Amino acid sequence: MRNKRPRSEAAARTCFWPIRLTSKLPDTMVHFTTEEKAAVASLWAKVNVEVVGSESLARLLIVYPWTQRLFDSFGNLYSESAIMGNPKVKAHGRKVLNSFGNATKHMDDLKGTFTDLSELHCDKLHVDPENFRLLGNMILIVLATHFSKEFTPQIQAAWQKLTNAVANALAHKYH
Amino acid sequence: MVHFTAEEKAAITGLWGKVNVEEAGGEALGRLLVVYPWTQRFFDSFGNLSSASAIMGNPKVKAHGKKVLTSFGEAIKNLDNLKGAFAKLSELHCDKLHVDPENFRLLGNVIVIILATHFSREFTPDVQAAWQKLVSGVATALAHKYH
Repeated sequence: MRNKRPRSEAAARTCFWPIRLTSKLPDTMVHFTTEEKAAVASLWAKVNVEVVGSESLARLLIVYPWTQRLFDSFGNLYSESAIMGNPKVKAHGRKVLNSFGNATKHMDDLKGTFTDLSELHCDKLHVDPENFRLLGNMILIVLATHFSKEFTPQIQAAWQKLTNAVANALAHKYH
Repeated sequence: MVHFTAEEKAAITGLWGKVNVEEAGGEALGRLLVVYPWTQRFFDSFGNLSSASAIMGNPKVKAHGKKVLTSFGEAIKNLDNLKGAFAKLSELHCDKLHVDPENFRLLGNVIVIILATHFSREFTPDVQAAWQKLVSGVATALAHKYH
């Protein structure tokens, strides 16, 4: 029986992480094929960063309520509608997704692109890297609700690979 | 034991009533095989899995996907006892099929994504949360008899 990583946030108080790579990728640079890059870019061109970003972050806070502890200063997070309408959630969601946009332009060097953010999330923000994978899954789900049939299996595969790789890149500088 | 509130049960059954199990099941299994290609190793006898379109059109994938999602439908009738409902399937997946339980979580995520593509705005955060809890509960129940 697999050992399940506890979901408590006690471990988030320190920067010493046993990094669990659920994607089972080796720790080398992720390589995206031409088709995968095209699939990522074609969808990204149609993404409303503000809408998708805020909805992704809001869904993270709703579906995985323990993540709300990372946003103590955001005010009212007491209900789904409060979270979805919260201006700080919207602003921060947009910021996070903009950073994803940056990732789509640097798919050959995600670790380098996310070095500073990785150090920030470890040393200052103390975020459990598992949450990067959860947010990546939220982004996929929001893209799926927005694009429906256009969110084909191939596009889903390319975006899943991207969100996994960004999560790994964000965890890379943890110590 | 996972506990579902009345609202969560309503969110789950409300959406389930509109799901075309055959279509969604085939799509779920197909996407699992496309998005997480290592899972193809469990389906050696399924024939052509050489491309996304081959996988999505493969009749054995569709048939097995329907079977898997039908079993989800049974789970929805037994939300208060998922472990009991999946005891036999859990033993099967451990003792005979030798499936890493992590794959149950991956399939659960794919099911959530398919619901999102089919239902769009109707797949609200509350509905997503209830379904996320269900797929997680089913994955845990399927892993429960592993030894």
